[in-house]
Amino acid sequence: MIPNPTMPEVNIPAVIQHIPLQSYLILATLLFVIGIIGVLTRRNAIIIFMSIELMLNAANLLLIAFSSYRSDPSAQVFVFFIMAVAAAEVAVGLAIIVMIYRNTRNTDVGFLNKLKW
Amino acid sequence: MSASLLILIPLLPLVGFLINGIGFPNIPKGAVGIIGTLAVVASFVLSVMTFNAFVAAGSQPFVLPLFDWITVGDLHIPFSFQIDQLSLLMLMIITGVGSLIHIYSIGYMHHDSGFGKFFAYLNLFLFFMLLLVLGSNYVIMFIGWEGVGLCSYLLIGFWNKNTNYNNAARKAFIMNRVGDLGFLLGIFTIIATFGSVEYTEVFSKAAAGFQVGDPVIITITLFLFVGAMGKSAQIPLYTWLPDAMAGPTPVSALIHAATMVTAGIYMVIRSNVLYSLAPSTLEIVGIIGGATALFAASIGLLQNDIKKVLAYSTVSQLGYMFMGLGAMAYSASMFHVITHAFFKALLFLGAGSVIHAMSDEQDIRSMGGLRKKLPVTFLTFLIATIAISGIPPFAGFFSKDEILAHVFEHNKILWVIGVLGSVMTSFYMFRLLFLTFFGTFRGTHEQEHHLHESPASMTVPLIILAILSAAGGFIGVPEALHGSHQLAQFMAPLYDLAKTANPAAFAHTSLSHSEEYMLMAISVAAALISAIAAYVMYVQKGAVPAADTEEKSGLQRVIYNKYYVDELYDSVFVKPVKVLSNFLYAAGEFAIDLIIDAVVKLVGLFAKLLRKTQTGSTGEYVFAMVIGIVVILFWKLLL
Repeated sequence: MIPNPTMPEVNIPAVIQHIPLQSYLILATLLFVIGIIGVLTRRNAIIIFMSIELMLNAANLLLIAFSSYRSDPSAQVFVFFIMAVAAAEVAVGLAIIVMIYRNTRNTDVGFLNKLKW
Repeated sequence: MSASLLILIPLLPLVGFLINGIGFPNIPKGAVGIIGTLAVVASFVLSVMTFNAFVAAGSQPFVLPLFDWITVGDLHIPFSFQIDQLSLLMLMIITGVGSLIHIYSIGYMHHDSGFGKFFAYLNLFLFFMLLLVLGSNYVIMFIGWEGVGLCSYLLIGFWNKNTNYNNAARKAFIMNRVGDLGFLLGIFTIIATFGSVEYTEVFSKAAAGFQVGDPVIITITLFLFVGAMGKSAQIPLYTWLPDAMAGPTPVSALIHAATMVTAGIYMVIRSNVLYSLAPSTLEIVGIIGGATALFAASIGLLQNDIKKVLAYSTVSQLGYMFMGLGAMAYSASMFHVITHAFFKALLFLGAGSVIHAMSDEQDIRSMGGLRKKLPVTFLTFLIATIAISGIPPFAGFFSKDEILAHVFEHNKILWVIGVLGSVMTSFYMFRLLFLTFFGTFRGTHEQEHHLHESPASMTVPLIILAILSAAGGFIGVPEALHGSHQLAQFMAPLYDLAKTANPAAFAHTSLSHSEEYMLMAISVAAALISAIAAYVMYVQKGAVPAADTEEKSGLQRVIYNKYYVDELYDSVFVKPVKVLSNFLYAAGEFAIDLIIDAVVKLVGLFAKLLRKTQTGSTGEYVFAMVIGIVVILFWKLLL
């Protein structure tokens, strides 16, 4: 740790010295795009769910990165919110998927076209 | 006599209507008849009690306020009843004759599936009619006026499975609308002129503030008379009444002979102050009345349907009443209303009894010789025929002669018309009597086998009405015949205001007794001669009116076809309106359909397009969502 006279005396993680913010942005973007591609291409409902989680976590990663680099902790509150909401959503969604599976022995969204009715 | 009992008079029939109307068809027929009849009989008893109390208390008219009804600016219309000589007389007629006809209906309508409905309508009619005569202002009169029109419509079209009957009902309703428009305009003019519709206020203001012949008063009275023309079937609005015979016979007796059609006469007598101030209106009333009396009587000469003859006779008798009103013989007209209610109700009920015996045959050409089979009906019918022909000492003679005497004083030409009408009346009534009850039976064999006297529920009212038709005239025996004319004395206070407003018109009669005797002799002789002529033609020679298929000569054909008045109205009013409405219908339909169809097609088109997006495939939905998000992002970021 070489003290940097230009930086103010705040508690900044040491990582920031070595890894620029841009890397986090690229990583989050990649994660998000992977999530989107997963949602659009996979047909298994559970995989689609996982992809959605991936997108949510990409957003979380962005929030944390900005919060650290800008020394603004309020974004971290958002992260917890998003996690809580995602957990609830997964609970409901998985319950539905499990019920569908029990009834049809199938979680293929191409097959589950009953949303029409 | 407490006020609450007075309110019961119109309320009882209303309650009867509600019970029978809501309970139809679950209430058994026996109970329906008892409920419906009791309501009216109780009203009659209360009316008699009111009448006695009124006379005992010194014949002081009073207004019984029930509640404040309409208040707009300076105009106050209370809901209140007025009890005086006129409303009491009308009450007695309506509830009295109404009770008898209810009893009769129990027998006559017994096999009808709409029995309960029929009694409900009859009770509703009586409620409105009682409201009409009890109300203390023109607006309440108007409620009753419209209400009886409604019930008339319902009852004429009572057998609504028959389109012709429905058309007759519609005709009555629509023709009465024309008259009612006049009546309404009259009421509005009264409101504009006097700022009130209460009889007492209007008449006192009119008597105090207007000269004889004031144009405003003439306008009002003419408007009101247009209303009376419709309701009381005067030229030119009379053609609905003969068609109204489509209804069951008790309806014809109650509504189209004894009560509703006299509402116009009641209204004129009620407004006697206004009419006395408008001599020119009275002239018109007299002329129209006389014309109607003669015109309808001449049509009656050649009718072959037992009820149609009586219908034209009713129109003609109403014409007599208006003729009397035109000569300012208000009491005489009221007298004729009373006696006419008795004998015309009797004639209709008798005709109903005949129709009942003949298994619904109404053509007098297929009757004949019924007097042996239907003795009670025959006797009562005979009494009524003598009464209506004006042969003493029965009721019609006194009332008709009084009208004719007043008309003679007033206008000799009208009197000649009246006597001519009287000749015709006597002829067609006796023609009807002889063709129906004398000679040999001309119907089918089954009908002859079926002939029987009606049950007691039908013959008892006939007998009571026959007694009234025979003796009813003695309430108004003129001085010339050493009577005191109780009716005229009783009604005299009604005209006090009119006398102060127009004293000249009420100058004492100038006819000497010998002149009166002469007039009586002329009309009685005329009636007798035509009765004898009818006897010679239809009994001695045994003539029977020709069948419809035979060609008739010129004048006969015109009269037989009722002067083609219906056809005239049809071509002048009905057809143009139909053509216009058909055109408007087509045009309107086209325009509206154009717009509506365009909208429908547009929505259909979009639906067709958007339906393709609803595949049910989750993947596609998610894809669409992502595309949407991308579009929104670009939108936000790039623009």
